[in-house]
Amino acid sequence: MADVTLTIDGKRITVPAGTTVLQAARDNGIFIPTLCHDPKLTPWGGCRLCVVEIEGMRGLPASCVTTVAEGMVVQTASPQVVEARKMMLELLLANHPRDCLTCSKSGACSLQDYAYYYGVRGDKFHGEKHDYPLEDDNPFIVRDMNKCILCGKCIRVCAEVQVNNVIDFAHRGFNTRVTPAMDLTLRESEECVFCGNCVQVCPVGALAEKASLWQGREWELTKVRTTCTFCGVGCNLEVSVKDDHVVRVRGYDNPLVNSGWLCVKGRFGADFAESPDRITRPLIRVGERGEGRFREATWDEALDYTARRLQEIKEQYGSRAIAALSSARCTNEENYLMQKFMRAVIGTNNVDHCART
Amino acid sequence: MAGLAIAFGSGAMTNSIAEIEHNDVLLIIGSNTTEAHPVIGQKMKQAARRGAKLIVVDPRRIELVEHAYLWLPIRPGTNVALINGLMYVIITEGLVDKKFIEERTEGFENLWAVVQNYPPERVAGITGVPAEKIYAAARLYATTERAGIFYTLGITEHTSGTSNVMNLANLAMITGHVGKEFSGVNPLRGQNNVQGACDMGALPDVFPGYQKVANPEVRERFAAAWNCQLDATPGLRIPEMIDLAAGGYIRAMYIMGEDPALTDPDITHVRKALANLDFLVMQDLFISETAKFADVILPGASFLEKDGTFTSTERRVQRVRRALSPRGECRPDWQIICDLAARLGYPMHYDSPEQIFAEMASLTPSYAGMSYARLEGNGLQWPCPTPEHPGTKFLHAGRFPRGKGLLQGIEYQPPAELTDEEYPILLTTGRMLYHYGITTRHSPSLESYRPEELAEINPAQAAELGVRTGDRVTVVSRRGRLVTKVKVTDRVPPGIMFMTYHYKESPVNILTNAAFDPIAKTAEYKVTAVRLEPAS
Ligand code: SF4
Ligand code: SF4
Ligand code: SF4
Repeated sequence: MADVTLTIDGKRITVPAGTTVLQAARDNGIFIPTLCHDPKLTPWGGCRLCVVEIEGMRGLPASCVTTVAEGMVVQTASPQVVEARKMMLELLLANHPRDCLTCSKSGACSLQDYAYYYGVRGDKFHGEKHDYPLEDDNPFIVRDMNKCILCGKCIRVCAEVQVNNVIDFAHRGFNTRVTPAMDLTLRESEECVFCGNCVQVCPVGALAEKASLWQGREWELTKVRTTCTFCGVGCNLEVSVKDDHVVRVRGYDNPLVNSGWLCVKGRFGADFAESPDRITRPLIRVGERGEGRFREATWDEALDYTARRLQEIKEQYGSRAIAALSSARCTNEENYLMQKFMRAVIGTNNVDHCART
Repeated sequence: MAGLAIAFGSGAMTNSIAEIEHNDVLLIIGSNTTEAHPVIGQKMKQAARRGAKLIVVDPRRIELVEHAYLWLPIRPGTNVALINGLMYVIITEGLVDKKFIEERTEGFENLWAVVQNYPPERVAGITGVPAEKIYAAARLYATTERAGIFYTLGITEHTSGTSNVMNLANLAMITGHVGKEFSGVNPLRGQNNVQGACDMGALPDVFPGYQKVANPEVRERFAAAWNCQLDATPGLRIPEMIDLAAGGYIRAMYIMGEDPALTDPDITHVRKALANLDFLVMQDLFISETAKFADVILPGASFLEKDGTFTSTERRVQRVRRALSPRGECRPDWQIICDLAARLGYPMHYDSPEQIFAEMASLTPSYAGMSYARLEGNGLQWPCPTPEHPGTKFLHAGRFPRGKGLLQGIEYQPPAELTDEEYPILLTTGRMLYHYGITTRHSPSLESYRPEELAEINPAQAAELGVRTGDRVTVVSRRGRLVTKVKVTDRVPPGIMFMTYHYKESPVNILTNAAFDPIAKTAEYKVTAVRLEPAS
């Protein structure tokens, strides 16, 4: 595609034709705020926070839906633009709950950030507030529609990425809200697969992971990139931890694998690791085989006993009387060691893993 | 994956996940992708949304059927016949890729000798798929440049599993749909690191990198590297281990993170075998059904509590990084193995998984170019033979590992187990979205959402029994019986029911058949004849 040269804030910029003004600016390090934009979703132009001034164009076009043209002259921070953005933020805040003190999104909230950036306190208008009940009838996601700014990202992610089309705008004017058909909850809709990708794109605190509430504030979290353990897709995870406890899991954007998206297991299933059912000390059988009665032991005792029994059986019946099942859930390193252990230490090739591919 | 190894010389997904978004046709066979591989399922639905055509072959009206251009509702266990029917149309209508067949394959005559007996009209009788749909699917697949095949357990978990896979390879080869980007034969591996476990040589006949135990040169190299003597005889596969344990020949077992007493077929037999052992050591996170038979249980660490790597279904090796400290006194499995080895007089000392990886890579040609440093970023896909090699996005460009691709005619064999008057319903088993193996049963969120089995039965069956969604029924097979709640749904056709294998309270493998595929030794989880009775 041909290139186009334009000027943004006095800077000459060349980008491929078809690029949006927003993209051109961001690719060149020029700040434009957005609430409803996500580079992976269809641009919508709904929040109007990304408005700019373009010479020769009437009004303030939304930069996320305006494509560049040769010779275009763009102002991203003229007084008129800034005034318009402040007004948009004032209007959003007019009916937004003042929950920042305890909101789980605080510290990572776009609305909060832009309000701060533009010095908007939200005290210009005193609008009517919503009083929707909290939707928390499922174990994964909490929806607080009082905080929703109607950016529509969750709707687009559900339609374009997850392709389940569970939610959409409903009702009119002040009563507009995002909901499954017939005002059902996600759970009642029976269509939602709880992938949580909507939670991940929500710019404010309207959608949250249920288990993360009250578990830690944004700035207290340590983030670790790892790989999901629940199927062979290998989605990349960003695990957020506080005090040796998983607060939440989000998708890490590996563009070659999951591009940041997850399914219900990857996003919400990691809590198995902290289950009280975990065995946390070695166990030695006391009851009958199959009965499942054990006593706790030290590592030394359990390992000595195991080594002794394996040695005895090897001596009495030969190496081939011993067999091992390695694990398609364990790491490569562990599988490598398990087969090495059986071959080099026990002396047999009797090693396999669950054939259930 | 034995089927692909026979046809091509190596068995793994030939393409990459990221290629799906450029496919124009996806032939999805025996894969309930949106539940078993949800993020790949997402990509398939995205492809359909932008205009790609999905051909879905599945007995059940799975979610992907809603996005499909063609749905072929097949009778379980009849895949080989269907694929033969597709090839019949492609060959008789001249839709084959002659050049590819000549240059890259051998055995076409042998293939045709079998396929010629499978005109769609006959195949329709075997498979239950209308002949017009077979014609349409064959033409669409053969004439589309970017056409990929995707399959999972639905194909491999049959007594004819290996044949099924070889036949898919036949289909791809005669149309030239392999060895390039956006076209290929793609097994979607179920467990997160099943690809890695195979690559690492957790198999009785091969060392890491599929190097044969029976090959003396290979053995010498490993013996030198490990400083030990090595057994030249390939070992036992799981079903043989179980049989020999029941027979008293296998005396001890070491089981790491697997639960054969729940997930293997015919668990009554498995449990007998486990009870017969002199010694069983388990390494696991929870007291599984299998662990109840253990003499010692060693507490391992979850994936969040250790470092390492997993190899995903697309051959991508990616880092696992420690986010939590091991709970209580738990230890990463690699450390436990080292501790045991030392006590048995073979010191295994590694400071970190990175050292283990380096040793493995030095002995495994397809991983030889990888290191933890290189895996930072987006991981690497094998083969990656040298430190400069960028990894391999799609396999078999220009040449198959075995040289020419092997075309082999495959006759349809009915499943080992058939329905009759006493057991009139076919039970098929699989995964569901909210659970994975048994670990997720311990996830408070997932478990509270799906705490019990909801066996899918057709409204016709439900009416016969007089049950509604949420009611209980007894399911009886030739091997056992269990009680389960049902969900009445037309996702399953009359005469077929579906259950998952996640629930120890309704352990479906009490019912299933241990008859296994003669080559891959994968059991026939997919076809069990059962009858339904009201729960007493
Ligand atoms: S969780 Fe997933 S399926 Fe449910 S509404 Fe959100 S995006 Fe849609
Ligand atoms: S819930 Fe969040 S993502 Fe959805 S429209 Fe409201 S603010 Fe936007
Ligand atoms: S997030 Fe879901 S699709 Fe991705 S690897 Fe985990 S289980 Fe598989």
